[in-house]
Amino acid sequence: MDMNVKKKKLGLKEKYAHMTRGLDWETSYQPMEKVFPQATFEGIKIHDWDKWEDPFRLTMDAYWKYQAEKERKLYAVLDAFAQNNGHLGITDARYLNAVKLFLTGISPLEYVAHRGFAAAGRNFPGVGPRVACLMQSVDEIRHAQTQIHAISNYNKHYDGFHDFKHMLERVWYLSVPKSFFDDAFSAGPFEWMIAIGFSFEYVLTNLLFVPFMSGAAYNGDMATVTFGFSAQSDEARHMTLGLECIKFMLEQDPDNLPIVQKWIDKWAWRGIRVLSLVGMMMDYMLPKRVMSWKEAWEIYFEQNGGALFNDLAKYGIKVPDCLTQCSEDKEHISHQAWATFYQYGGAAAFHTWMPNDEEMDWLSAKYPNTFDKYYRARFTYWRDEAEKGNRFYTNTLPMLCQVCQIPMLFTEPGDPTKICYRESEYEGEKYHTCSDGCKHIFDDEPEKYVQSWLPVHQIYQGNCFPEGTDPTAEGFDPLAAVLDWYHFNNGKDNLDFEGSRDQANFAAWRGMATKNT
Amino acid sequence: MSKVFIAFQTNEDTRPIIEAVLADNPHAVANESPAMVKIDAEGQLVIKRASIEELIGRDFDLQELQINLITISGHLDEDDDEFKLSWLN
Repeated sequence: MDMNVKKKKLGLKEKYAHMTRGLDWETSYQPMEKVFPQATFEGIKIHDWDKWEDPFRLTMDAYWKYQAEKERKLYAVLDAFAQNNGHLGITDARYLNAVKLFLTGISPLEYVAHRGFAAAGRNFPGVGPRVACLMQSVDEIRHAQTQIHAISNYNKHYDGFHDFKHMLERVWYLSVPKSFFDDAFSAGPFEWMIAIGFSFEYVLTNLLFVPFMSGAAYNGDMATVTFGFSAQSDEARHMTLGLECIKFMLEQDPDNLPIVQKWIDKWAWRGIRVLSLVGMMMDYMLPKRVMSWKEAWEIYFEQNGGALFNDLAKYGIKVPDCLTQCSEDKEHISHQAWATFYQYGGAAAFHTWMPNDEEMDWLSAKYPNTFDKYYRARFTYWRDEAEKGNRFYTNTLPMLCQVCQIPMLFTEPGDPTKICYRESEYEGEKYHTCSDGCKHIFDDEPEKYVQSWLPVHQIYQGNCFPEGTDPTAEGFDPLAAVLDWYHFNNGKDNLDFEGSRDQANFAAWRGMATKNT
Repeated sequence: MSKVFIAFQTNEDTRPIIEAVLADNPHAVANESPAMVKIDAEGQLVIKRASIEELIGRDFDLQELQINLITISGHLDEDDDEFKLSWLN
C-alpha cells in the first residue's frame, strides 16, 4: 500500500480531544439517570467520564479510512480464492471441519458482540467509551460479515456449512459459546465490558485468533487466514479498550475493586471453558500443526496474562483462583474434548476421526506427562475397532454443566481418571456444574443460571423434534428427529471423516485439478 | 520485568516497519511464524515514525500500523511520532 499522508492541521492528541469531547449534553426534559438507566445498578461508581482516553486516539474519520483499506485487501483475496479453486489448496480435507466449527461456533458470536457493543455504547454516559464502543460495534458486524463471505466459498463444495444461524440456537455444543455471550449480554454494561472487552478480548482472543489463524496459513487456507488477520487487526484496538476499561473503573473509585475482581474471576473461568473447543481444534483438527494447545496456553495465557496481572496488582487485583487448576488442565482438556466429540460424532455437524500414528507421536511429544499415560491406549482401541468396522458412537446424552453448558467431560483436579462434577441446591432443586469454577459462578447468581436453556434437558423434555413429531409412534428414532430439527443432513454432515462425502469429493476434485482426465 | 509484544502480518508493508522496530529496540526479538512476525521485548517497545519514513522514503502515519497489526500486549501510548508499548512494573 502506498498511502498519501497529508500534513495535518492538528496533532493526534488534539484531534482526539476535539472529536471525543463536548459532543454530549445534559438533558433537560428527563433526568440523566432516566436517560442512562443501566449506568448505576451494577454498583460501579464513576466520577469523571472525561478521564477515559483511548490510547490509540482513533477518531471516526481515521477509522473509516483504515477499515476501508482492510476491506479492500480482504475482498481482493477472497476473489482470488474463488477464482482459483482455493478450496483445493488446503493440506487435507479433515482441516475443513475446523472451519465448520469456526463458522457455526464463532462467527454468529461476532454478530452478538456487534449488538452488545452497540448497547454498551448506548448505555454509557461518557463520550470517550461511547465512541470506542461504536467503533467496536461496527468492527464486530464487519467480522461476522467477512467470515460468512469467506466461508461461503466452502459452502459451495462441502457439507456442514449450510445453516449456521439455525444451528447456533439449537445444537448441543453450540450452546457453549452461545451461552457465554448471552450471559454477558444479559448483564449490565460494565460487566459486559469485563466479560467481552477484558476477559474475552484481552486475555483470550490471542489464543483463538493468533495460533488458529497461523494454523490456517500452515494448512493452506488462504480465505480463513485473511479474514482472521483482518479481524485480528481490529482486536488490538478491542484489547486496548478492555484494558482501558478495567483501569478506568479501578481508578475512578476504590469501591469498584471487589466488583471488578468478582467479574474477572467469573469471566476468566467462563472464557477458559469456551476455549476447550479451540484447544481441540489446535491439537486434533489441524492436519498440519503449528503449536500445541499447551504451548499456545503458555505463551498467550501464562506469560502474557501473567504480565497483565502483575501490572493490575497495583490496583489490588489478584490472579483469579481458578488459574491454579488451569496449569493442570492445559495437559488434558484438548484430549478430553476430542474424545467426547469422537463419541458423539453422530450428533455433530462436522466429521471426527482418530489421529494416525504419526499424529499420536506428535501428541506424545507435546504432552509427555499425559498423552501416553491417559489417552493413547483408548484412542488406539477406538481406531482399531473402527478399522474392524465397529466405529463407536455413543447413543446416550451427557449431563451438561448448568453454567458453561459443556458436557461433564472434564476430570477431577488431581485425578484425571475420574469425571468431575459439583452439586448445588436452589429452591429445592438440584443443579450440577462441571467444576469448582462453574459451581462458584452458579452459587453467586443461581436465579440467573436456573434459567439456562440446556440442550440435553430440552431434548428429554421433547422440545427438540420437528413440529408434528409423534415420539410414541412405533420405531421412533429420537436421535434422527433431533438431527432433523437441527437441520443436519444425517449421514452427510456428521459421522466419521473416513467414508464421508467431503473426503471423496476433495480427493476427486484435487485429482481433477492435477490431471487432464 | 514482563514482556510486551506486537505482531504483524508478514508482507511488504510490514517488512520496513519490522526492520525499523528492531533497529530502534536492540533488546527486541523477532519470532517468525506462518504468515506473521511477533516482536517480543522486555519492559517496553517503541515504534518511531521517523525511522519508518527513513526506510520507506515517504511520509508515514503511525495509524497505518493498524492495517497489518495482529495483536499487542502492554499499555499503549500513541501520538504523532511514537507508538509505545510498556508494562508499568
